[in-house]
Amino acid sequence: MSNEKFLEMVKKAIVEGNKDEAEQLAQQAIAEKMDLNEVIEQGYILGIQEVGRLWEEGEYFLPELITSAECMKAAMEIMKPELEKAHITTRSEGKVVIGTVEGDIHDIGKNLVASILSANGFDVIDLGADVKLDQFIEKADEVNADLICLSALLTTTMTGQKKLIERLKEKGLYGRFKVMVGGAPVNQKWADDIGADGYSENALTAVGAAKILAKK
Amino acid sequence: MIEPRRPKLELLSNELIQKIIDEAYDILENQGVFIENEEALELLRDAGMKVDMSSQRVRITPQLVEDSLASTPASLKMYDRDGETEYLIGEDEVHFNPGSVAVTILDFETQQERKAVTDDLIRFTHLTDCLEHLHFQSTGILSSDVSEIISDSYRLYIGLLFSKKPIVTGTFRVEGFEPMHRMLVAVRGSEKNLSDKPLAIFDACPSPPLKWSNLTAQSLIDSARAGIPSELISMGMTGATSPVTITGTLVQHVAENLSGLLICQLAKKGAPVIFGGCPLSFDMRKGTTPIGAIETLMIDSAYVQIGKHLGLPTHSYMGMSDAKINDAQGGFETGIGIILAALSGVNVISGAGILDFIRCQSLEKLVIDNEICGMAYRLIEGIAQRDDPIALDLFKDFAADTQFLSMPHTRKWYREEHTFPKLIDRDPYDIWVSKGKKSISSRAKEEVESLLQKNLAPLPDKEIQKALKEIMLSDAQRNGMPSLPEIDFP
Repeated sequence: MSNEKFLEMVKKAIVEGNKDEAEQLAQQAIAEKMDLNEVIEQGYILGIQEVGRLWEEGEYFLPELITSAECMKAAMEIMKPELEKAHITTRSEGKVVIGTVEGDIHDIGKNLVASILSANGFDVIDLGADVKLDQFIEKADEVNADLICLSALLTTTMTGQKKLIERLKEKGLYGRFKVMVGGAPVNQKWADDIGADGYSENALTAVGAAKILAKK
Repeated sequence: MIEPRRPKLELLSNELIQKIIDEAYDILENQGVFIENEEALELLRDAGMKVDMSSQRVRITPQLVEDSLASTPASLKMYDRDGETEYLIGEDEVHFNPGSVAVTILDFETQQERKAVTDDLIRFTHLTDCLEHLHFQSTGILSSDVSEIISDSYRLYIGLLFSKKPIVTGTFRVEGFEPMHRMLVAVRGSEKNLSDKPLAIFDACPSPPLKWSNLTAQSLIDSARAGIPSELISMGMTGATSPVTITGTLVQHVAENLSGLLICQLAKKGAPVIFGGCPLSFDMRKGTTPIGAIETLMIDSAYVQIGKHLGLPTHSYMGMSDAKINDAQGGFETGIGIILAALSGVNVISGAGILDFIRCQSLEKLVIDNEICGMAYRLIEGIAQRDDPIALDLFKDFAADTQFLSMPHTRKWYREEHTFPKLIDRDPYDIWVSKGKKSISSRAKEEVESLLQKNLAPLPDKEIQKALKEIMLSDAQRNGMPSLPEIDFP
């Protein structure tokens, strides 16, 4: 099989959200000692970019988006040990610590953002739901994160986002990590009011916003 | 006279209802639910259920579900602050109340959402109190001038001070129950009086899929023991936190609600529980949860039908809109919701005033919605035979110039047969122009101000006011807020 044809299959597996195929192709790439960097950049990433394009066009909806992101993640998990063994560092867009704030166990939106960010080349550390504010800060400090992403679904827990920023200020860490907020009750005004660095209304715009923030 | 027929909407066949219930039982028995509350888990373990304390997962036998259904009252009664007016929650009785918990209020002047403060909450409470078709009060807006920790008790405090109507409310923290319960007891005079004549309903939302948090499980237990009715607010989001199909979401809804009902019954046998919810259609494009979507309303109507089938009092969030201002979408989504809710015979319908995905409360919308509720009440009254014969007598002297306007029959019946909304535009064009070409939103604004000018609800007696204030202040002080916002008592 030609290299191009293989890369085309990889891309197709991601676009179609075929997890078995995406995983199997990753294994094949390892077994046949292909250039994994190329497989990722010219196959998997092109696939996820195509998914993004289909979303922008209104062709894909959230179920397609999340399925493709999860395929991408599964394939990357398979290739990770090989990449580490070969000391290949894939391009990272930045390190993100993400979670749903304390008191809130709704994590559907957060999961979506985590998957999409991860599929788009971010190192994502997902702390889950109902996360204590200090835990965000400790983790971000430990891994030297670029970004902390906070989600809240409940109107009653969105204030946790504000508290986290206050806590960062108290600890003299405000500015060291960029803070991005999201969630159903959150809007740009709220983000501005509480001093967050970024806000995103949905998972895909989060990618663009996170890329800009991580580079700052 | 032939009795009027109550118009009724039933979306599900009995066969489908049974299948949904069977699957819910199956899930409870074989998959179980997560309950992040030790006391609730212990109650379940004592009842003989398989409880895994470390994973906080419990599997529930059909028999226990049956028993808890059998011990849950089919109806309950709520009483106003004076303990005089009685409201039946059960059968096909319908009671509207404002939606909760908004974080913003729509500012009429700017037509933008802004944070609410105590004064807004008081105006909202007053207004609800004087709107005829809203039978219950709700603690509907968060007040941004008090610490968010006490926002649960504070909204009840304002509600009890400024409204006579029974209140739909709930806790945001485990510690919130105690001061809230004490306030209710202060109004009633004793714990027994409160339990005999419930004044508030406490909402408790499981976390989909199939999980009761520590807070919500504790609220169920505490409320059951205090005789406070719990409203189970299961809220799956189709394709996100519950199955994407309407029937799939209904299976989860029933399983979640039955497990909540069970916690209540184990805490206190015979505790009043309302089979409620706020399930949502999840928009796969926007990632939002439209409350005004027709599918949302279909799920609501259907689970209510199942609740009735199970012999339980029912509740739903219906008659809200995702519009951001009081535009056509704001009106038609609300109107459709309220009418479907009334036709479904939902006992407690929360929603009036709400815009923007339950985020925003609008006082103008509250008054508009009150009129829609009035229309709904008229609709479910049905069509009555008033006379026998129906009309033959009126046509006895039928002639070319017969008219009905001056007939005594017309005078006798027109107020019974027809309703007279205040805000809805029925003016001829020229009159509408001469009155300033006002939209319903502008007319509603005038109505809000006029109602707030004159119809002030009486406050509770001074001793009760003092007691409420003491409870509220000590809760505030325990939570780092040394004083409460000043309230101008009218």
